[in-house]
Amino acid sequence: MTEPGKVRLSIDGKEIETSAKATVLDAAKQAGIHIPTLCADDQLAPYAGCRLCIVEIEKMRGLPPSCATNVAEGMVVRTNTPELHRVRKMLMEMLLSDHPYDCLACAKNLHCELQKMAEEFGIRERKLRHLTRESVLDESNAFYSRDMTKCVLCAKCVRACKEINGVTAIDLSGRGFNSIVQPFGDGPISESVCESCGECVERCPTAALSIKKQVWPDKEVSTICPYCGTGCGILLGIKDGKIVGVRGDKNNPVSRGQLCVKGRFGAFEFIGHPARLKKPLLKKNGEFVEASWPEALDYMAEKLKPYIGADRFAALSSAKCTNEENYLMQKFARAVMKTNNIDHCARLCHASTVAGLADSFGSGAMTNSIDEFRDAELILVTGSNTTENHPIIGYRIREALRKGAKLIVFDPRETWLANQAWLWCRQKPGTDVAWINGLIRIILKEGLENKKFISERTEGFEDLKKTVDKYTPEYVSKISGVPEEQLFQAARAYATAGKSSILYSMGITQHSHGTDNVQSLANLAMVCGQIGRAATGVNPLRGQNNVQGACDLGALPDVFPGYQKVADEALRKKFEDAWGVPLSSHPGLTIVEMLNAAADGKIKALYIMGENPLLSDPDLHHVEQGLKALDFLVVQDIFLTETAQLADLVLPSACFAEKEGTFTNTERRVQLLNKALDPPGEAKPDWEIICELADRLGYPMSYPDPAEIMEEARKLTPQYHGISHSRLKGGCDLCWPCPNQDHPGARILHQDRFTRGKGKFTAIEHLGPAELPDKQYPFTLITGRILYHFHTGTMTRKSAGLNQIVPGPYAELNPVDAKKMKVKNGDQLRVASRRGEIKVAARVTEVVNIGELFIPFHFYEGAANVLTNPALDPVAKIPEFKVCAVKVEKAAGEK
Amino acid sequence: MTIEFKESAKKELDRMLSRYPSRQAALLPALFLAQREFGWISDEVISYLSQLMELPKARIYGVATFYTMFNKKPVGKYFIQVCRNIACAMMGGDGLLDYLSQKLGIKEGETTPDNKFTLVKVECLGACGEAPMMQINDQYYGNLTKVKVDQILAGLK
Repeated sequence: MTEPGKVRLSIDGKEIETSAKATVLDAAKQAGIHIPTLCADDQLAPYAGCRLCIVEIEKMRGLPPSCATNVAEGMVVRTNTPELHRVRKMLMEMLLSDHPYDCLACAKNLHCELQKMAEEFGIRERKLRHLTRESVLDESNAFYSRDMTKCVLCAKCVRACKEINGVTAIDLSGRGFNSIVQPFGDGPISESVCESCGECVERCPTAALSIKKQVWPDKEVSTICPYCGTGCGILLGIKDGKIVGVRGDKNNPVSRGQLCVKGRFGAFEFIGHPARLKKPLLKKNGEFVEASWPEALDYMAEKLKPYIGADRFAALSSAKCTNEENYLMQKFARAVMKTNNIDHCARLCHASTVAGLADSFGSGAMTNSIDEFRDAELILVTGSNTTENHPIIGYRIREALRKGAKLIVFDPRETWLANQAWLWCRQKPGTDVAWINGLIRIILKEGLENKKFISERTEGFEDLKKTVDKYTPEYVSKISGVPEEQLFQAARAYATAGKSSILYSMGITQHSHGTDNVQSLANLAMVCGQIGRAATGVNPLRGQNNVQGACDLGALPDVFPGYQKVADEALRKKFEDAWGVPLSSHPGLTIVEMLNAAADGKIKALYIMGENPLLSDPDLHHVEQGLKALDFLVVQDIFLTETAQLADLVLPSACFAEKEGTFTNTERRVQLLNKALDPPGEAKPDWEIICELADRLGYPMSYPDPAEIMEEARKLTPQYHGISHSRLKGGCDLCWPCPNQDHPGARILHQDRFTRGKGKFTAIEHLGPAELPDKQYPFTLITGRILYHFHTGTMTRKSAGLNQIVPGPYAELNPVDAKKMKVKNGDQLRVASRRGEIKVAARVTEVVNIGELFIPFHFYEGAANVLTNPALDPVAKIPEFKVCAVKVEKAAGEK
Repeated sequence: MTIEFKESAKKELDRMLSRYPSRQAALLPALFLAQREFGWISDEVISYLSQLMELPKARIYGVATFYTMFNKKPVGKYFIQVCRNIACAMMGGDGLLDYLSQKLGIKEGETTPDNKFTLVKVECLGACGEAPMMQINDQYYGNLTKVKVDQILAGLK
């Protein structure tokens, strides 16, 4: 008997059992039977364009294409008959009739599928009359070339652009022999909406699309992308000890081979960049001089010794470093330097999530996994420009939309998703609590709440109900600028969809009331019972590759690894026993507080690993004051960053490609790095540096490898108890919490009970931003990231291609404001806040609202954070990056 | 955006969109509507439609360039399409095209300098019973002779 959902068929006499949903091509592949094809792709819908995969099927007319023919019970298929061979060969001869014969000079020579296919059919000469396609070589894209004379019209590129990325920058145009793949208007591809993700280039069977300066690697090493928190798998291509390219790793469960422009084209140039730090640098008389490792570390130990136990030392750990390194760094601060002054950049992105969701649910992380977005019936995106900042998660949302999901976007900017949304509500920056309370009120008034969920699973509902009562649609509309009708639509749709998922990011967290915003979203989800099930939940997208892990492993001033409070005596005792030293019970300082304390002379020594506060933190002039007031600043990094230039000692470290360890992505998935090559010069992995330093300060740390560090860390971290390198190497795919070595990990949190027991409603009043526009500073400034660069640009600005696409700083300005100020695209603007002034080019666009300005913070030469307000959220101590008041004027006489 | 449908055309488009299961499916009639309103399918028209219909520009461009009946160049006030298929050819269609070309002083595919006439040859228009025939804007003219062509053109202001 065949299993349900399965069918049995015979292919070339071989009996095969396969899924009833499979195509004949799938079934053949599964049975190891080769069928030639140029247009089939696992991740794209069947197309049946090249016709090479034709087969003979008994009782079926003609020669059906196996890629677009479903299997059926009892089917008898033949894939290799003289007739099939004759027809396929003819098809190949037709494809070759207009293909240029310049194989030797072609970028894809020996890697061309058309060439391989010709070989398979034994074609050695052109039989048909040679025709030439007319097409101009398009070299306008920074990363790839388009030569449509080599196109075989398989349309894989068109389909990938539509089905995977979703932008549809290209399509087939013209007809018959003149068919050609083109962007709109037949202009250069660089002027189209192409996002340079390269999904098309990756799939092109010929050199119609080819990577510029393609070097074919000798071997590939699978590891994890170093940019955002999505955690895509990449294959680093290596030739002669150098990284020559990146491909998506199809075996990675998160990205399945898909990548964005940064991952595919911008994740390797910096690795072998000549500016990498190769030796320790010691500042003598204001100049850096090279030092040996023993010299540098002896010096550092001597400088740090006086600060042991004095709380005048602070350390910044790094969301770019591994879990193991973050564990060691916080252990160094706590056990060696006897202080809890340890923090990292999560403070600047999702501190309010960690605090807010931990309080509401008991766990400050994504409640569901990335893939579940595909199954959501409604996705509410707020404060996240997902398709630019987490592009692969953006792909998943696009998949959901194609399946018919409703998308609601609350965002002051008209992002790509806002543009595609069923409902886009443009709230005024900093009015999130108001609109969320407004939605909850509508839901309650209309009786759309989930009464059973509220009574069984939550507490504090009555307070919430009382508080939201004053947030009438009129009142909320007045505060937020969102029309009342839209509030009703959003509330009803979110509450009534079977599976509604909330996705948010820094537009919610980076406010002086960021924790309020986060908890308001938690309230909304709980009121509707849209949590604890598949494809629902409250999902913060974390910004850095390992910001989740850095938090999990305790690089925070108030908690040990696993969010165990330092102030809790029993928990502290556990760590004192494990580490063999007494530990401080006072929570330490957060990033902005550390720099304030430095400026006030209270912090004297700062050890920074892989962070660049001189570009990433708010109010940079003040940050600089703080750093300059220190007695001793050590920066451990891969480049001489803006911050490192101020250091007394600079230590060269290994980058992600040069070490082992694990990263935890935004969905709590712990993934293994694999070392691809040795660090340059004398650079060392961060964990080795920390160990050697600890030894010198009288606390020996000795680990043979990062796996051993994880062995120690996981025993102390409840969420990671069952997560070891050996399990990960064995192919286990683990999301925390994973309480023991047999546990499969958890994709969905809070299923039967919340981590804290009952979900906690928090009654919250709308407060608004700390600084609002006024007469003197009439514009609202929003800062953020863009698709083509990452954070302070330390890595992406080493990529020639990314720099070609976005060479420098700019400010988005609404056309109405631009007209008033007589500003044209590209004009220089002077933007000033109460804290400083920068010059940036104007980019006139309706993406921003009238009276608002958006400046990405990646660029040192026009650093948005000179302007931003260091006002802190009282709970999470996250600064208000998203709203501050600025004035804008045209920089006279300058272009 | 410098071009915009008249109110009546906007209403017509809304009706079309409501009749089709998806926006993509309404694209062909929408393109016809746009051609009728704007005369030809310029890049600007495609951008406008892309915004109205929320479809990617590249997709609309692909469809518009696939069908020969969409004009991708500006045409004159009178768009003359002469049938070149077998029935019309046997009944003197080729001679008709030459005659028109000579009379208007333009080659096939061109527009007169005063933007009054555009002359093109097309595939069968399905009126073989009246061969040779031509179409001017939305009107068919059959059983053509040189004299008849002169009369027709003289009647076009």
